[in-house]
Amino acid sequence: MTDDPCDKCEEMMQPYLDGTLSEQEVLEAEAHLAGCTWCAKRYKFEERLRHYVRVAVSEPMPPELKAKLAALRTPLT
Amino acid sequence: MSESTPTAAESRRLAQTARDRVRFEEEALELSDQVYRVARRLVGSREEAEDLVQQTYERAFRSWQQYTPGTNLRAWLLRILTNLNIDRGRRVQRTPQTTSLDANEQGDYFLYNRLSSQSPDENPDEERVLERLSQDNVVDALADVPHDFRDVIVLVDIGEFSYADAAQILDIPIGTVMSRLHRGRRILKQNLADEAAA
Repeated sequence: MTDDPCDKCEEMMQPYLDGTLSEQEVLEAEAHLAGCTWCAKRYKFEERLRHYVRVAVSEPMPPELKAKLAALRTPLT
Repeated sequence: MSESTPTAAESRRLAQTARDRVRFEEEALELSDQVYRVARRLVGSREEAEDLVQQTYERAFRSWQQYTPGTNLRAWLLRILTNLNIDRGRRVQRTPQTTSLDANEQGDYFLYNRLSSQSPDENPDEERVLERLSQDNVVDALADVPHDFRDVIVLVDIGEFSYADAAQILDIPIGTVMSRLHRGRRILKQNLADEAAA
């Protein structure tokens, strides 16, 4: 552990983006980010990365499976 | 006349149950794309994911009355899916918790630092850095995350479930969800760095 504010900011990144920091911590992180492009860039990268990962691994459901699932429905009598 | 009353009540009840059932099945089917997307990354192959989703819907349609209307149906379906996945014995081989020791040593800026160090610009824009990762890199990097960690990443970061839902689906404490997510994301980043360098 160091007292480097960028190290502190790095530790707050995941909880900041997850929205799990306290109000006080959010203010602290944002105050640092407002004046530190080095950290701000890394936060932006993390945000974009999360989105990119989500899109990259999303595979649409095969239509055949969709049809199979629909066929499992209880027939209307 | 006196005998027809209970029969009428009974048939109304049956008709109501039938309507509830139809509504349940429709709502569950509307979620199937999202269920499949999560399932596809919880297991190794497309075939396994398809089998698992089909079994999940078979079971869900059989036990639909156990679902409490108004609660999170998508989480309920994923809970069934996760249990089926365990029942099928895919989880017998436990992945050691000590893999990717390096990843735990790395901070959260690691991936940007690593990828941007290969760029001619100093402190390049995030989009430029991201371009160094292909879709295949991401798919492979995620697949290589040990499953205890991957499950949580898939549910929270891919499936966009809350910590509480992920905890319920996986039947683990919420604190464990958070610590696995934190660690899992670091492992994923380590894998992404390795993939980009390969």
